[in-house]
Amino acid sequence: MGALVLSQGGTFEPPGVDSFFLPPIFGEVTKPIVLVVLSAVIVGAYFLIATRNLKLVPGKAQFAAEYIYDFSRNTIARDQIGAQHFRPFIGLIFGLFTFILVNNLFGIIPLIQYPTMAKIGFPIALFLMVYVVIHTVGFRRHGFLGYFKHVMFPPGVPKPVYVLLAPIEFLQKFLFQPAALAIRVFAAMFAGHLILLVFTLGGQFLLLEGSALLKPVSIVSFAFAILLTFAEALIQVLQAYIFAVLTANFIGAALAQDH
Amino acid sequence: MENKMVLAAEGHNPILPAPAEIIVGFVAFAALLFVLYRYAVPRFEKVYQERSERIEGGIARAEEAQAEAQRTLEQYKAQLAEARAEAARIRDDARAEGQQILDEMRSQAQEESDRIISQGQAQLAAQRSQVIAELREDLGRQAVDLASKVVGESLEDEARRRGTVDRFLDELDAASAPSTSANS
Repeated sequence: MGALVLSQGGTFEPPGVDSFFLPPIFGEVTKPIVLVVLSAVIVGAYFLIATRNLKLVPGKAQFAAEYIYDFSRNTIARDQIGAQHFRPFIGLIFGLFTFILVNNLFGIIPLIQYPTMAKIGFPIALFLMVYVVIHTVGFRRHGFLGYFKHVMFPPGVPKPVYVLLAPIEFLQKFLFQPAALAIRVFAAMFAGHLILLVFTLGGQFLLLEGSALLKPVSIVSFAFAILLTFAEALIQVLQAYIFAVLTANFIGAALAQDH
Repeated sequence: MENKMVLAAEGHNPILPAPAEIIVGFVAFAALLFVLYRYAVPRFEKVYQERSERIEGGIARAEEAQAEAQRTLEQYKAQLAEARAEAARIRDDARAEGQQILDEMRSQAQEESDRIISQGQAQLAAQRSQVIAELREDLGRQAVDLASKVVGESLEDEARRRGTVDRFLDELDAASAPSTSANS
């Protein structure tokens, strides 16, 4: 309220949910939809071009592409799923990691500055695909009833405890874990973008509308915005990594022989 | 302000997904997965495969070379040991042969020297007996001459003279026998 009183005119409208709902560019097409298609094109084209002429001894460009692939393949997929079964899932993990990474990084790329995963529809789309994969894999490996048994009755627990444990495990595996997967990246991107908006727009408001005394404070606000952009970059990479790791982990758990 | 709140409550709920976004997101990601599975992953895997084959091939070749070197070394060692044994054998043979030759030479020389000694002794004995015979004859004649000059009478009687001289000489022999046997 103090800030409002000190301001020369106009009121500060803090950024909120509405900041994520931009007017459509044309028809139903909105900025996030364009961005998500763009991200798929970027990732797809990059790895198409980068892998066109692979050498046994990689050059710089090939090394960079291979580094990302190697990270998804060995550090995420192989370590989580296990060296025996991870091969069919390399592409999925690799795709999830790179796709989410690019979409998240859109949040701090100048002019784009919109983390598409902050619109829950996209995490949900990924979640649907991952959900289908995890449980298809599980049912295939253990059989229909076998998979339920695998999920709901982990070994090494006293029998009466199963009364409590079985439904919890069921909800955990079929609802909470995968839902949390989608919500986690959504919430992180949403909140991160909101914080950046608060500091950027707040600084802008202070600079344009604030009294002479308040104008310098906008520097602090912008400085925070820049600082938090770096923090955001870290979080964006981390969230992409977490999504891929957890997906691989769930696949690994679904495939595991004895829980 | 109030108007905005109402609007937000009406249409802008951040946790209500827009169907268009789910569909586009799903399709875009599916298309990306298709491209990755169809092109990127097989290409990367192929290079990985080639690389590991190259490395494994290199290792196999190195192992082979090492085994070959080991084999050659064993061979050389065996040959060396054989050569040493051969040399030792030859040396032993030579030594034995040398010893044999030495023994032969020695026995031959011994024989030769024995032969020379016995020959010399025989010769010496022959000369001695010859000298003795000559001396005896000479001494006999001298003695007889001297005796006949002293006695004045001719001891022409051969038998008597012989007997007398021989007896004298035998006595002489007997007297000098110990010294002659010690000298021989």
